[in-house]
Amino acid sequence: MSVAPVELDRPEADEQAFIDQPWLTIVWNDPINLMTYVTYVFQRVFGYSKAKAEKLMLDVHHKGKAVVASGAREAMERNAETLHGYGLWATVSHDA
Amino acid sequence: MLGGFRATARGVTARFAKPQATILRDLVEQVVELVGTDGPDAAAGRAPATAARDVEAEELDAMVGMSEPADPDAAEQPDDPVLARLLPDGYRDDPDAAREFRAFTESGLRSAKMAAAATVLGTLPPGGGRVKLSTEQAEAWLRSLNDVRLALGVRLGVTDDFDGLNEELSSDDPRSAYVWIYQWLAYLQESLVLALS
Repeated sequence: MSVAPVELDRPEADEQAFIDQPWLTIVWNDPINLMTYVTYVFQRVFGYSKAKAEKLMLDVHHKGKAVVASGAREAMERNAETLHGYGLWATVSHDA
Repeated sequence: MLGGFRATARGVTARFAKPQATILRDLVEQVVELVGTDGPDAAAGRAPATAARDVEAEELDAMVGMSEPADPDAAEQPDDPVLARLLPDGYRDDPDAAREFRAFTESGLRSAKMAAAATVLGTLPPGGGRVKLSTEQAEAWLRSLNDVRLALGVRLGVTDDFDGLNEELSSDDPRSAYVWIYQWLAYLQESLVLALS
């Protein structure tokens, strides 16, 4: 067994990757999709924990939209396509 | 009385009364016709089948499937608000990127919605009764129920103030029946999400 380190420095590589690939998947609020369903979809599509999925769902609900993923453009387009399959209103964007 | 889904050792199950099965199957069929890629010619050929259906089914057509099927080669966001919601743009402020995204994804999205609808139609007995679903089938049901709710919700003009809409409709407004159906579908979908969670 192993013990998780107490503190981890944020890897600089992550920051560089984000600058290189500043594409986002955004989900927009709509009055029809159920809150429980949207949470379920975020867990299912992105493998997020229930807590993270719920937080994102509430961001969409209260702020009108939320960035649900970031990375390479192709990956964000695949996300949007998958989310459209679930009936969520998702778009790809260069900036938040 | 409303039923709804629950998880059992042998899968996710729900019981549907005959009128519930009739309404749900009809709404799912309307979505199929709406997202189907056959074009206006196929829509014209449906007339005899439509004539055999009862008045209630005709009214449901008027609620959900009222528009002509869109041209699948157009690569533009459909004019019909229901289709525009079921097949949304992938880019908000970049028409060229949106067109390209649609060219690559829309046909597959339509097919996926048709396949999910086919799963519902294949597992929900027309006369009602017990539905028993594998996890995969239940996923298809979730997506198809959501498509039906999106279609109905857009036609009803549902906003965040749903209670306001409900109160604003008088009991003799034909839309009030669909508000009830819309709420029942929400209950049904919610029960399925919980059964799968």
